[in-house]
Amino acid sequence: MIRKIAGIAAASVLAGGTLGGPALAQNEQFIPHLVYRTGAYAPNGIPFANGVADYYRLVNARDGGINGVTISYEECDTGYATDRGVECYERLKKKGPTGAAYFLPLSTGITFALTEKAPIDKIPIISMGYGRSESRDGAVFQWNFPLLGTYWTAADIIIQHIAKTEGGFDKLKGKKIALVYHDSPYGKEPIALLQKRAQMHGFETLLLPVTHPGVEQKATWLQIRQNRPDYVLLWGWGVMNSTAIKEAVAVAYPRGKMYGVWWSGAEPDVRPAEGGATGYHAVTLQHTAGQFKVHEDLKKYVYDKGNGNAKWEETDEILYIRGMINAMLGVESIRTAQAKFGKKPLTGEQVRWGIENLDLSAARIKDLGFEGVLKPIKVSCADHEGARTGRIQTWDGKNWKITSDWYVADDNVIAPMVKDAATKYAAEKKIAPGCLTN
Amino acid sequence: MLYREAGQFKTSYSADQAIFSIAQDRWFVMIVLLLGFVGVPLVANQYLYTEVFIPVLILSIAAIGLNILTGYCGQVSLGTGGFMAVGAYAAYNLALRIPDMNFILVFALSGVVAMLVGVLFGLPSLRIKGFYLAVATLAAQFFLEWAFARVKWFTNYAPSGSVAVGKIELFGFAIDTPDRKYLFVLALVVVMALAAKNMVRGRLGRSWMAMRDMDIAAEIIGIRPLNAKLSAFAVSSFYIGVAGALWGFLRLGSWEPLAFDINRSFQVLFMIIIGGLGSILGSFLGAAFIILVPIFLNQLPHLLGIPLSTAAVSHIEFMVFGAMIVFFLIVEPNGFARLWAIAKEKLRLWPFPY
Repeated sequence: MIRKIAGIAAASVLAGGTLGGPALAQNEQFIPHLVYRTGAYAPNGIPFANGVADYYRLVNARDGGINGVTISYEECDTGYATDRGVECYERLKKKGPTGAAYFLPLSTGITFALTEKAPIDKIPIISMGYGRSESRDGAVFQWNFPLLGTYWTAADIIIQHIAKTEGGFDKLKGKKIALVYHDSPYGKEPIALLQKRAQMHGFETLLLPVTHPGVEQKATWLQIRQNRPDYVLLWGWGVMNSTAIKEAVAVAYPRGKMYGVWWSGAEPDVRPAEGGATGYHAVTLQHTAGQFKVHEDLKKYVYDKGNGNAKWEETDEILYIRGMINAMLGVESIRTAQAKFGKKPLTGEQVRWGIENLDLSAARIKDLGFEGVLKPIKVSCADHEGARTGRIQTWDGKNWKITSDWYVADDNVIAPMVKDAATKYAAEKKIAPGCLTN
Repeated sequence: MLYREAGQFKTSYSADQAIFSIAQDRWFVMIVLLLGFVGVPLVANQYLYTEVFIPVLILSIAAIGLNILTGYCGQVSLGTGGFMAVGAYAAYNLALRIPDMNFILVFALSGVVAMLVGVLFGLPSLRIKGFYLAVATLAAQFFLEWAFARVKWFTNYAPSGSVAVGKIELFGFAIDTPDRKYLFVLALVVVMALAAKNMVRGRLGRSWMAMRDMDIAAEIIGIRPLNAKLSAFAVSSFYIGVAGALWGFLRLGSWEPLAFDINRSFQVLFMIIIGGLGSILGSFLGAAFIILVPIFLNQLPHLLGIPLSTAAVSHIEFMVFGAMIVFFLIVEPNGFARLWAIAKEKLRLWPFPY
């Protein structure tokens, strides 16, 4: 028995490989990452974490770090639980010569909790494509960066696309749009925008919450069968997504009328439904699946040397690429900050300046090998989101295919909502809004 | 030898009725308190405060609360998470809607609100017992969770349903740094644990225990089940409500109903089972075990320098923690408090056991 346990332990040592690395040297930038490789959301958490880890490895192997400052990287498994996430944050925030550069919480709940801690510890939070929608207001949320898109952006793009397929916003009148959402801050975020848009265009919203972890949805889809909404928006994560698609098959709701948020539009969400997901749409966080220029370097410097975290054929999947984008934006923010503060390990406060002044032109994105993945992004104090564009992709049974043009979320709708919500938050928390200068 | 009570004579009734009637125990408690109030602030860093001491102390209050109900009065409850949520949301709304209210009052009133809700959901206990009551309190858990997720007023119409708390001030001091939070929680824990200890030793506690041991016999000797059971629900929910308010304000700072879901109820229930049913000390030991052991196991491979992947570490944590619970329950079904009592018995005779 004991020998067996020892064997299992040894096997997991061999299978796992090392992530922590040796003791920290002085010229290292410490970057932590809160991941979930276990728990109900692991199928989606693992590819994302692999993408982040592999991109840091690529930067270390190819460029010798960021301007010669090597990246030291450590993961902490949260299992998507907020209290464990906070524990991980406290454990890692002071590591390395200058402390954590930034945190990637990868959970809206953990982002909410860390939002309270970040200003005190002076460590920025990059919540790329998630988190509080109003946190793009950098004067109130000085330490939050919901880069590339918030949930209001996502919902707005989907509504625009639906309006376009219907033939104009005026055709939305009298339509019924259901939102099947994860019953947590994550799932509730788009509601405010949908209600605003519903008021503007006269469609009806039907809100259907699904409790964590989302494997029990029979009642929800029974309601959809009874109400027959014209469209269903899916705001799920992990196993909830594939369950929703399977339930849609069971009640024969047309998948072509279903639109997922970018966290409901990856391979682990549609594959379990086998053929059933064909025709299902999702809004993209700009990128889709596939091989890009960055993959050449990734193969040469990481995977050919046997250092990759994932299997090579998984590196063109959506969540893996999203992880790489997230790591790349972090690395480029550090590079931006290094231009001001010097080529040395930086503190969270200095990195925050780098994120707020991040400006990636199309040429720079091409240099980095992300052409076709990302459009230019420019962050500022007034706009911590940096970009509000997206496309719609459709699952054809085997691959995700882009099926629309670029949309830009309508800031005439979103900006006043951000202003209101941020002002309310500032009043509740007694924060005096203002931009940080360094 | 070290722990001998020979020569310690009780010469008054008050000495006979003292909580710690043996001098060594008194010294031990004094030393622990001294360590808590002076020693810990001298050595602790922020991680120890926010991830070790504060969570353990706050959930100890919740465990004491549940222990009063389940351990002393014998009413099994699975609604702890829900009652903690009542406390947390009551405190949030009190602090939000009545500005400049003293925070001790906020926490006390949130305990009172939880107490009222607890008594309401305790009413079925007059008719049903055991597993059936557990199911009834489970309904309370689900209902309360549902209410805080759906009734927008409780969360001040926050679009995401998540609430965040502002600054906490007490007599001009901002309770914002980890050491201040720790001292504030510790002071509350000391007061509440002392109150609980005295309650369970007194008439009230004896009526609860009589009800637990045999309700018909208790009724015959003149204990009214209505008073005994509902007072247990009231006191228990008060403690749990205060713990919930502290958990929200001092531990999380921002939370959603998921922070007080059914898993929280189970967590606190496991604390008192592992720590010892019907023991105040057991509540502390159980809370420390349930909170700290997983965190320790999670960090152990890294501390030992064993290179394991993040996923492997988490899986090993689950397996070892589960095995430890089974092991301790087989070795001592009555919990850590009983182990502690056995150790004390042995110490009295040491080094000449007969």
